[in-house]
Amino acid sequence: MASSCRRPEHMAPPEIVSIIIFFNERITSRMIEIQSQMSERAVELLNLPEDQSCFLLDVGCGSGLSGDYLSEEGHYWVGVDISTAMLNVALDRDVEGDLVLGDMGEGMPFRAGTFDGCISISALQWLCNADKKTHSPPKRLYTFFSTLYSSLARGARAVFQLYPENSEQLELITSQAMKAGFSGGMVVDYPNSTKAKKFFLCLFAGVSANLPKGLGTESADKGVPSQVQFTGQRSRFKNMKGKSAKKGKDWVLEKKERRRRQGREVRADTKYTARQRRPHF
Amino acid sequence: MKLLTHNMLTSHVKGVTKGYPLLIKATEVKVSEEEFNPNFVSRMIPKLEWSALVQAADGLGHLQDLPTELIADYEANEDFLRKVHRVLLEVEVLEGCLQCPESGREFPITRGVPNMLLNEEEA
Repeated sequence: MASSCRRPEHMAPPEIVSIIIFFNERITSRMIEIQSQMSERAVELLNLPEDQSCFLLDVGCGSGLSGDYLSEEGHYWVGVDISTAMLNVALDRDVEGDLVLGDMGEGMPFRAGTFDGCISISALQWLCNADKKTHSPPKRLYTFFSTLYSSLARGARAVFQLYPENSEQLELITSQAMKAGFSGGMVVDYPNSTKAKKFFLCLFAGVSANLPKGLGTESADKGVPSQVQFTGQRSRFKNMKGKSAKKGKDWVLEKKERRRRQGREVRADTKYTARQRRPHF
Repeated sequence: MKLLTHNMLTSHVKGVTKGYPLLIKATEVKVSEEEFNPNFVSRMIPKLEWSALVQAADGLGHLQDLPTELIADYEANEDFLRKVHRVLLEVEVLEGCLQCPESGREFPITRGVPNMLLNEEEA
């Protein structure tokens, strides 16, 4: 269970996995916090008109954690999920939105132009696995995206937070979305941090717009690509002739810079940084 | 399932051309109080299929004094907006089913959640 927990979509169909996870794992407050943060970022990327209550779709709404955030922001929403167990939890939690039991790969059962926006937290990757022999992931992805496209009002956006397995999967998803008529692309927050890195597929229906900038990317905007920079540093340490690579001032400054790029809080560099201390340290 | 959601739901079974509006066959209906948001109601009205809304509300016995035709200049008419608000957001179908007008296929509703899952042949 532990090894396949990172890729629950490899274990079993979503409606089964959700039951297993729900009963075997403690729903920690940290998990809830993460879900809430991702929902907040997704809504931010929706770029909805300010101070307006909108009608939104939450795909893969599960127990309604993301939906709760939508309600907090004053929006009305409809949630779709394939798991009866999760929807029952949502009902017990008394969520404000209306819930629909449905399979996103079968298409969104809504009239044209219904929603002002769509969010989806950690649900899209489920479409990339064939749970039944008759399932064709590309076809299901296309069915989902094309029906979603029509159910969105003109100028609306759809934002999907997902954990892509590899670049092929990302390719498949984005190509089917484009085929369905969407424009847009991936927004990556904190690309240099393995822990904080988050992927948001940001799609526009009917209008083309500039893709929002990912968080934590400002410091990476330098003339020299960071990969080339790092290669140089590595060989320099190799040439240090037996001296420890971890103690030099250069190493300390480089480490601090790396942590800044990861979006962490780092003290400013002063004349005292990495200065030789008295032996008692 | 609120009537706002019902107004947007269609059958997406393969081959069905007229899967809207779904006929409501309710065995349990609930009416609850919801906060009145005139701006939201006013913005939703142009998206609604008015006749489907009237038909649904009437079928549940909750039409009351909602006009059968959409009136002009509704944005400033608070009285009218309140009536729409009641029908859209305060009437909920808890148990029953939705029937496709073309094929007769039924989608069951349990605890207010319509089951729109399709069979192998329908997808």
